[in-house]
Amino acid sequence: MSKMNLSTRMILVLTLITVLSGGILAGWDTITKPKIAFHRQEALKAAIGDVLPAHDTYMSEETEFGTIYIATRDSSEQPVGIAFMAVGSGFQGELRIMVGLSPDMTQLTGIKVLEQIETPGLGTKIVVDPSNKQDPYWFPAQFKGVHVSPELVVVKNAKPTHTNEVQGITGATISSKAVTDILNKQIADIKTAWTSRGGPES
Amino acid sequence: MSSSLSLKAEFVKGIWKENPVMASLLGLCPTLAVTNAANNGLAMGLATTFVLLSSSLMISALRNFIPHQVRIAGYIVIIATFVTVADRFLAAYFPSISASLGPYIPLIVVNCLILGRQEAFSSKNGIGRSLLDSLGMGIGFILVLVVLGIIREILGSGSIFGMAVLGDWFTPWMVMILPPGAFLTLGILIALANWYNDPSRSKERRAVS
Repeated sequence: MSKMNLSTRMILVLTLITVLSGGILAGWDTITKPKIAFHRQEALKAAIGDVLPAHDTYMSEETEFGTIYIATRDSSEQPVGIAFMAVGSGFQGELRIMVGLSPDMTQLTGIKVLEQIETPGLGTKIVVDPSNKQDPYWFPAQFKGVHVSPELVVVKNAKPTHTNEVQGITGATISSKAVTDILNKQIADIKTAWTSRGGPES
Repeated sequence: MSSSLSLKAEFVKGIWKENPVMASLLGLCPTLAVTNAANNGLAMGLATTFVLLSSSLMISALRNFIPHQVRIAGYIVIIATFVTVADRFLAAYFPSISASLGPYIPLIVVNCLILGRQEAFSSKNGIGRSLLDSLGMGIGFILVLVVLGIIREILGSGSIFGMAVLGDWFTPWMVMILPPGAFLTLGILIALANWYNDPSRSKERRAVS
């Protein structure tokens, strides 16, 4: 090895290390990939189950505004709810929220924040609020049954008085507003997609 | 160039005397960022120790083959490989931990504690000594992260490892789970450690008595 030209040796050693690394990672990926995909699928299924009323099955459908999930029950064609993934900017980074809508698209049936990097202890209350021991999920839970028209509104330091209002999180107004802003914009898009498809049947 | 310490000293030094966080202030990014709960600190400590051990094993084994000029590039590829292995492992088998640590697992690649040990130790010492050194450093790192996590979780959320320990009377100190809480807690811990280790302190005591 020592007789070899230094440049040749550098190239040879680095190539060897990277090839070995690539091999290890390729092998490890084939082992872990199905499990990671499975967890992602389960998380999606659980999130749809959380935001929509009881249903037997759902089918996904591609629209120009992304995938929507149409849930049905008792082998009826009539949907019991429509879910979709809303994505947008939070206080610090991207928020991914599973949103459930009633079939006539007038009310939310639930929301669940799946991914966020909000401020721990403040903005993270959009997922769970450990400081509220009676009702840690009060923030996402209050979206159930809220009317989406004309638009969702956050009220500060007060109980909501209108059917389109939700209570904001003290100390995390931007995170609370981010959720409603993302919902307002993307519900409008999904409504357009749903109408152009022939629904809602009213 | 190889170290002349006894094997036991090689292992023990990382836990207190040369603790990567308390004495060398290495690896501060994850130390400050993920210790808002004891669980997260423990998971980050274990993942880092895994990367440290596997990288040290590889690099001390290859230390005579890697040309000096490209050693850093070689080390980084080796470290990044093991970080990716750890990241995928957590995502596949512990999805909730993986979700709560977010980008901080991939960021272990640039943790200077790991590259530092390779450059300062594993590249100059045999496999056995390098593994002992890494294990000691890893345990030292885990201990600091868990202690920080416990202190911040008690004061910031009123719980330890997710179990509530303080009653409803306790109002969580929000600042403790935010970045300032990390700096405050770590600063106080390092100040205490330096005070404890201060050689002039024992002299004063002797002079008084």
